[in-house]
Amino acid sequence: MTSNVTIRIQDADFDVSSEIAALTASRTDIGAVVTFSGICRGGQENLSGSGDATTALTLEHYPGMAEAEIARHAEEAMTRWPLTGVTIVHRVGRILPGENIMVVLTASAHRQAAFQAAEFLMDYLKAHAPFWKREETAGGSSWIAAKTDDDDAAARWDKN
Amino acid sequence: MKVVYFAWVRERIGKAEETVEPPAAVRTVGDLIGWLSTRGDEYAYAFETPKVIRAAIDHTHVRPDTVIAGAREIAFFPPMTGG
Repeated sequence: MTSNVTIRIQDADFDVSSEIAALTASRTDIGAVVTFSGICRGGQENLSGSGDATTALTLEHYPGMAEAEIARHAEEAMTRWPLTGVTIVHRVGRILPGENIMVVLTASAHRQAAFQAAEFLMDYLKAHAPFWKREETAGGSSWIAAKTDDDDAAARWDKN
Repeated sequence: MKVVYFAWVRERIGKAEETVEPPAAVRTVGDLIGWLSTRGDEYAYAFETPKVIRAAIDHTHVRPDTVIAGAREIAFFPPMTGG
């Protein structure tokens, strides 16, 4: 069986349903696809806590390392759970409220593996993949601080 | 060796990458942060709280006590906020 792992980092927006269709195309061994779709949130409750609405996010990444880290985590997910496919697309550059930031798709014969692998991948990507978000509001722009919750969430998957 | 900076570390230093030749006494990632901090106010500002700085050698996360000998590219950046 081919590994069926797709990883892309790109400026352009993407279509989640097209990604699902590509993952499941001409396969009959997939019984479950779990989608985590990360979307740029506007509204008053912004990430840096200044009280101004988020007007845009700009994502920076470490080219080369970002791809390598995502690939390493995708391969680990494939070894830890009986997955039949993984797709991870992460955007960089300027992203407006309502637009996609990223998507993780995990495919398996049954739902438990797909749910767990998607959560594992998200926890690891949040804490370890070299991406940084800068938030724009009416009052200016600032780098978003990392949450220690994200480190804790990633650490729970560590094997001793 | 090549050193690269990202996010607010890059902004504070004012450059995305440079080539440096630290003295032999600079053995570890932590030593390199200390040495870079002495190169000017912009470096001292970027590295003012060393424990929040994350590092990678040749695209792999490393800890402050990792030895830098043989590294081609060392990156310094803030805690990551992707996803």
